[in-house]
Amino acid sequence: MSEKIIKAIEFGILSPDEIRKMSVTAIVTADVYDEDGLPVEGGIMDPRLGVIEPGQKCRTCGGTLVTCPGHFGHIELARPVIHVGFVKHIYDALRATCWYCGRLKIPEDEIDRYINLLKRLEEKWPLLAKGLIDHVKKKAMKATECPHCGRKQHKIKLEKPTTFLEERRGTQIKLTPADIRARLERIPDKDAKLLGFDPEKARPEWTIITVLPVPPISVRPSILLETGVRSEDDLTHKLVDIVRTNLRLKESIEAGAPQIIIEDLWELLQYHVTTYFDNEVPGIPPAKHRSGRPLRTLAQRLKGKEGRFRGHLSGKRVDFSARTVISPDPNLSINEVGVPIEVAKTLTVPERVTPWNIEELRQCVINGPEKWPGANYVVRPDGRRLDLRFIKDRKALAETLAPGWVVERHLRDGDIVLFNRQPSLHRMSIMAHVVKVLPGRTFRLHLAVCPPYNADFDGDEMNLHVPQSEEARAEARLLLLVQEHILSPRYGGPIIGGIQDYISGAYLLTAKTTLLTKEEVVELLSVINYEGELPEPAILSPKELWSGKQVFSLFLPKDFNFRGRANVSAGLLKCENEECFWDSYIVVKKGKFLLGVLDKKAIGSQQPESLFHWLVKEYGSEFGKEFIDKVFKVFLRYIEMRGFTMLLDDVSIPKEALKEIRAKLMEAYERVRELIRQYEGGKLEPIPGRTLEESLEIKIMEVLAEARDGAGEIASKYLDPFNSAFIMARTGARGKVLNLTQMAATLGQQSVRGERIHRGYRNRPLPHFKPGDVGPEARGFVRNSFRVGLTPVEVFFHAAGGREGLVDTAVRTSQSGYMQRRLINALQDLRVEYDGTVRTAEGGIVQFVYGEDGVDPMKSAHGKAVNIDRIIEKVVGWRL
Amino acid sequence: MKFLSREEKEEIINKKAREHLSPAIFEELKSKVMEMDLTKEELERIINEVIVEYRSNLIEPGEAVGTVTAQSIGEPGTQMTLRTFHYAGVRELNVTLGLPRLIELVDARKTPSNPVMTIYLDEEHSKDKERALEVARRIEMTKVVNVTRGYDIDLYTATIILHLDPEMLSDKGVTREDVINAIKKLRSLKADIIPDETDKYRIIIRFQEPELEKLERIKDKILDVKIKGIKNIKRVIIQKRGDEYVLISDGSNLEEVMRVKGVDPTRTITNNIHEIEKVLGIEAARQALINEIMNVLEEQGLDVDIRHVMLVADLMTRTGTVKQVGRHGVTGEKPSVLARAAFEVTVKHLLDAAARGERDELKGVAENVIIGQLIPLGTSMVKLIMKRR
Repeated sequence: MSEKIIKAIEFGILSPDEIRKMSVTAIVTADVYDEDGLPVEGGIMDPRLGVIEPGQKCRTCGGTLVTCPGHFGHIELARPVIHVGFVKHIYDALRATCWYCGRLKIPEDEIDRYINLLKRLEEKWPLLAKGLIDHVKKKAMKATECPHCGRKQHKIKLEKPTTFLEERRGTQIKLTPADIRARLERIPDKDAKLLGFDPEKARPEWTIITVLPVPPISVRPSILLETGVRSEDDLTHKLVDIVRTNLRLKESIEAGAPQIIIEDLWELLQYHVTTYFDNEVPGIPPAKHRSGRPLRTLAQRLKGKEGRFRGHLSGKRVDFSARTVISPDPNLSINEVGVPIEVAKTLTVPERVTPWNIEELRQCVINGPEKWPGANYVVRPDGRRLDLRFIKDRKALAETLAPGWVVERHLRDGDIVLFNRQPSLHRMSIMAHVVKVLPGRTFRLHLAVCPPYNADFDGDEMNLHVPQSEEARAEARLLLLVQEHILSPRYGGPIIGGIQDYISGAYLLTAKTTLLTKEEVVELLSVINYEGELPEPAILSPKELWSGKQVFSLFLPKDFNFRGRANVSAGLLKCENEECFWDSYIVVKKGKFLLGVLDKKAIGSQQPESLFHWLVKEYGSEFGKEFIDKVFKVFLRYIEMRGFTMLLDDVSIPKEALKEIRAKLMEAYERVRELIRQYEGGKLEPIPGRTLEESLEIKIMEVLAEARDGAGEIASKYLDPFNSAFIMARTGARGKVLNLTQMAATLGQQSVRGERIHRGYRNRPLPHFKPGDVGPEARGFVRNSFRVGLTPVEVFFHAAGGREGLVDTAVRTSQSGYMQRRLINALQDLRVEYDGTVRTAEGGIVQFVYGEDGVDPMKSAHGKAVNIDRIIEKVVGWRL
Repeated sequence: MKFLSREEKEEIINKKAREHLSPAIFEELKSKVMEMDLTKEELERIINEVIVEYRSNLIEPGEAVGTVTAQSIGEPGTQMTLRTFHYAGVRELNVTLGLPRLIELVDARKTPSNPVMTIYLDEEHSKDKERALEVARRIEMTKVVNVTRGYDIDLYTATIILHLDPEMLSDKGVTREDVINAIKKLRSLKADIIPDETDKYRIIIRFQEPELEKLERIKDKILDVKIKGIKNIKRVIIQKRGDEYVLISDGSNLEEVMRVKGVDPTRTITNNIHEIEKVLGIEAARQALINEIMNVLEEQGLDVDIRHVMLVADLMTRTGTVKQVGRHGVTGEKPSVLARAAFEVTVKHLLDAAARGERDELKGVAENVIIGQLIPLGTSMVKLIMKRR
């Protein structure tokens, strides 16, 4: 098989001769179909333009529906018309050249100089060449007299979209396309070059159409409606209009009709040709369908998001893909994906028959398309595809299978697939997973891969693609597998890691208070089929007990050292170094987890420089994968064993606490009242650069924010730091302390656009308040907590704040989406060359060394080229 | 154990590490190792490990660094706030941050929506608040309107009477004479400017040829007269940073602020990239872009490697002028017709290419996707040439 490679594409304007040469027929009649419903020869649907129905043979090339590419026809226009897209070019050319001799209105020697310069620029700085042409044009347009023939020049005006007027002795004369064409024809090649035309591929006069190419039918297929009525493509409609008008114009000219009629018809022809190219030209009414819908003509087909370029060429639809709802499965490996049997029976992998797999594939063929694991197609060495749905005797076919055949067998365990969730904002949005065929109708995935996909299970759907070539599969396995993307190139840290219950579980397991009996340890370890000795128990008597830290240590490499603060190390439980009672400073020495607790800072996702980060970086992606697969399961098992739930009591505080909070808020209210009194009495000190009103607002907001924080502090004082909700907040598993105080103490100020809520009614947000009231309640301060419940007015304010959040998200996604599209388009061609430079597609240097040190951010230690401290630690160990 | 002396360590490290490491890492390694007690074997092992680590962390040829960069900056965009106004330590001043500011930066807008300068002062002025205020007064643009409390227009006698604000006068350090002199410079004004003898905060402007209908317009013109300071600097705020006073200005005019006495021109910056380009050159503009983008990302708590930001800044500045990321800049100037057509304004690019007889060499990513060929990056960048026997 020989593969052809396209090296370059040249653009140009078709000349009338070329159009006639490539045409298979002239279109001469406006009739499309005859009485029998057959296409008329010489009509717009002429059968020679290509095959439309399956089974036919092309009258031009003899090909079938699949092989015949379609053929162009042409229309000889009775009078030339202007191509709308080139109006600007024509306008410039007319103004820059002499109406009489057709020369560029620049002296001969200067022309030669410019030509020389242009040639040199085009080689080296194509961008500057464009600038030069603009300069030349501008200069030529200024001339009032032709430097070649000395004739006076007239002013030319363009009346949009396609009418050119010439000012002669005070009156304006219309230039017909024929006149314009005659003038453009006179421009010599040399001068045309300076006007920005390439005379070889695009002579200026070719922008005026004398012969119109008619695209093949495959470009504008007609569709047969259910009622049996034919519905023609928009382009066909437009072409019929052109042919009809052209015929009328021709007849009128031949019959010697009055000039005015001919001109009107000419105008009409111009209109039809204009809208045929672009139906959104400003200044003329768009051509409409009978139903009133504007026609989708050539320019509209190419333009925009759903146009040919962005919709079909830059992005393509693919086969061998599936989409369904996702759901979690903690028993999978992170690089696996659970695929429903039904999907596995539809998606296939082409497998070449060899002596080693022939028996297996025979069984697949025998199983057929209905029974998994079977096959859907068999491809014979001669290229014929056999659809197993229609093969009666599959057993016989299975027998004839031989090396060289290809079986398109069902997806099965161990196959590699690409898994994707939109929006695909970064490369971790598409990763390769290993198939695990499971019952059920959803795709299953491991919870630790939720962060890179940004997935949750509230109804999210994901896509799955099956690579079909050996190269694609190899690349997927080597480069795209999940474990190769644990580290993010965005910041050089793990993007995959523990979330939610994994973190709570890890914390609870490794907490100082956790002591496990032998039975418990064995149960935990059996989850992952641990084989090996149990360590010496931490407590020998009265009963053998193991600490959770010991269990975790079993999974650490024996030469691993680490120390760092845990997430819980904050506030009262803060630990700065290893000598700390609160056990929130992690110390790992030679693979022994000695001190501290595991939480978000140690094993969490998106936590650079964490324990998990160094494990992955120093022991490799495969180790990282195994670590998550195994250890994380233990965490989950432990949290199941212990039991973990959040209850109402977790956010309930005693009466006296509520009283205290109330007093705190009342005090703040009083301070606000005082501020308002000051303001009304004119005694308020304004903040420099702010008006008095603004100053009052800022001060009130400060007081109220302080009150909310104060209330929160009171609440957290009374909350048990070891209740479930607090554990989750402290370890970073889910929620912030702020959320807890909102539940237990007070919601605080609701805001819209960074201000207190003040709009909605006359001089007040709601009719419940006095006009002009700027007190806390009247401006959206919610005093109650979620636990206590909100008053109706408070619910309203809360909803107002919540709505802003939703609107914000909607606006932001569109804005950042567009920004990212522009960034991608600008940057996508950049690559690192073998010499270490960063270059554009053409080889222009952007950076001499990538990132000034040539280090890959993904492999870096959170941005640092080398983490010297860790290396020293590794070598010198704990001697220091 | 026998530990090496400082000299011995220096000798070993210079000999074994210097040529294999980037200067920054080499210096870091050196400073760290110098402070420790190490045996020869330990030091050599450390050096070796650092070199091995550095080499294995190098980026690989063919890596699609552009796409990774675009994703690394674009993806966090969804997590940014949209709020335009944020008080950056100073509650008097509005500063654009978050997504709008990021878009502004990659757009390379001519002027930012909130131009701000950070003006550092020289030794003499930075330590003392009074001296700093002195400089601030020199910089801040003061208009007549800033120091007037009100005005009267007397149509009968064709006079305008300005009432000056004594507080503002002293705050801005302006006298009545300054105001009068400033107004006198207004050339189009044909009037006598008389300081009122009875009230030292009044200025009377009496017109020679009364044109009553124009009085209102002339009044606006008078109020808009600049008394002193620098154009575009609307307000200056003094802030203490560490042990020195720094001026923050609303509005930006780098070129002139740098010339003001008391200003340290080596550290003074603006957030207007184009101004930096004009005054300090393209390399400064590149650095300013990096600083500004990193600042926006960090302020939002987003962790993005600086190498990505550097690549964007390098691409935007590589032609010698700051170019926008988009249609009118980097993308719009790509030599490939198809790449441009696939981005924006499809039809125009195709028609222009036709008239110019352009040739698309299909070297970029977008073009090869369009025609269905392998893209010239990563694993498909490699070409294999086979000799036939």
